[in-house]
Amino acid sequence: MELYEFTAHELMDKLASGEVTSEEVTKSYFDRIKEKDGIVKAYVSTLEESALEKARKVDEDRKAGKPVSKYAGIPIGIKDNMCITGTRTTCSSKMLENFVAPYNATVIENLNKEDMVYLGKLNLDEFAMGSSTENSAFFPTKNPWDLDRVPGGSSGGSAAAVAADLAPWTLGSDTGGSIRQPASLCGVVGFKPTYGLVSRYGLVAFASSLDQIGPLTKDVTDSALLLNLLVGHDEKDSTSMDFEKKDYTKALVNDVKGMKIGLPKEYLREGVNEEVREAVLAVAKKYEELGATIEECSFDVGKYATSVYYVIADAEASSNLGRFDGIRYGYRSEKFENLKDIYRNSRSEGFGPEVKRRIMVGTYVLSSGYYDAYYKKAQKVRTVINKAYNELFEKYDLLLTPVSPTTAFKFGEKSENPIEMYLADICTVPVNIGGLPGISVPCSLDSKGLPISFQLIGKAFDEETILKAAYTYEQNTNFRENKPTFKGGNN
Amino acid sequence: MAISKEEVIHIAKLASLNLTEEEIERYSNDMTEILEFANEINSVNTDNVGETIAANEKYNVFRKDEIKQNVDKEALLQNAPSKDDGMFRIPKVIN
Repeated sequence: MELYEFTAHELMDKLASGEVTSEEVTKSYFDRIKEKDGIVKAYVSTLEESALEKARKVDEDRKAGKPVSKYAGIPIGIKDNMCITGTRTTCSSKMLENFVAPYNATVIENLNKEDMVYLGKLNLDEFAMGSSTENSAFFPTKNPWDLDRVPGGSSGGSAAAVAADLAPWTLGSDTGGSIRQPASLCGVVGFKPTYGLVSRYGLVAFASSLDQIGPLTKDVTDSALLLNLLVGHDEKDSTSMDFEKKDYTKALVNDVKGMKIGLPKEYLREGVNEEVREAVLAVAKKYEELGATIEECSFDVGKYATSVYYVIADAEASSNLGRFDGIRYGYRSEKFENLKDIYRNSRSEGFGPEVKRRIMVGTYVLSSGYYDAYYKKAQKVRTVINKAYNELFEKYDLLLTPVSPTTAFKFGEKSENPIEMYLADICTVPVNIGGLPGISVPCSLDSKGLPISFQLIGKAFDEETILKAAYTYEQNTNFRENKPTFKGGNN
Repeated sequence: MAISKEEVIHIAKLASLNLTEEEIERYSNDMTEILEFANEINSVNTDNVGETIAANEKYNVFRKDEIKQNVDKEALLQNAPSKDDGMFRIPKVIN
């Protein structure tokens, strides 16, 4: 077995025992990146020199018997919308193509404290707007299970990198499913924590009331380990909650006896592919065998979540993206005579079509005369959806749904019709509206050999129950025996 | 309710975007379709329902209002498309 095939926790054990060095592990990933990333295209930029330098430093410290973190020297890939001081942070946009971050995101500060090693920055849909990475201004990322298909999005690079062993684990961000949907399409674990659990400082803002950073990993244990480093109040993000820190690895217990899991029937009807439905029902059966109670329930109001989402997310995006004006940072048009020209020409040339579309919709719903009918109304429906969730969580510990209504789709299949692409997120978007935690766990392959995953949704700030149930499923099944084939890609 | 080309042009102006003829046509269609989709929320009864402005009821944890130097001025200026003497440079706005 090659070093790049191990999970992060397995690599931690190997580093701690002295079986391997961080330099060997890090080199193994860069060799793998050179071998495979030419076809997968997960990375926007790689950081080989600084990574190897950091790895050698950690190895020296370990050798000298200095106290080092168990995470020290473990490589990681970062979605290219999080700032690492001195490195390019592009958001896969022409607007930020040459932007060098002058500060670290708080999550990066957290990883730095543990001396982790950055392999590089990972591709995304421009400004995290999309479900396929086809909206990247640079290139689309390919799905390692079938190179003719999308890896999902917007954290498509983060998911494909883990699936193709181009990183042991990665960070992604999730506004409407951007961690969970690509994790599902690529057959890896993706975890969106409760809104407010992880600081958003240094994550380029898309929709501030929905965005949340989280891990993409090979298994559930790694998700708990990485989450441990991400959480905590940050005074630079007033929406990050000041709770006492928890050790999420304590939730990794192989036991779901007595757990009550609701199965919202609306997500197992038309609109959801039959193979996906069958797979999720098989997961429900498995949980029953393992001692959990499964009960069909209704989440009827969830059908409005996608409409609510595209009003709120676009409104917040149009406001957040107002900062890109060609003055302080980012792309500046060469064609201008006055200040307004700079604003307009820089934005028109720097943003791609989907970003402009969302700015337009967001500006419309916030504009005079439409604010009440769209934005205010959407915020009220958000309250209705939250209430429905609260009622369900009075009865259930978790909800079980598909992550994506289909397995990975082909390039170009949905990119011509925005609504069709938006519907790729019907199962994940409601979770962001509720600010709840949700995990994507791979469970089987469809008839085309593409991964299918299930989603567990938990109560706000109850990441532990999700981790416990996901871990139990994983311990009693064997999805990880399947490996991506890298088939296709010849046209 | 269709979004007219005139409305698209008006919104583009508010959003500081220049759109080509082709884009105006495209966004007029797309916005009509997206807003029609968004309009589904109007079938939900929200009488006496308040707005949710963030995911959690407790949504702001404030820090003390103290001046701190977080990022170095030079580091912040390094990304400026045009700068002069420690300042961002823009075209003349007063004649």
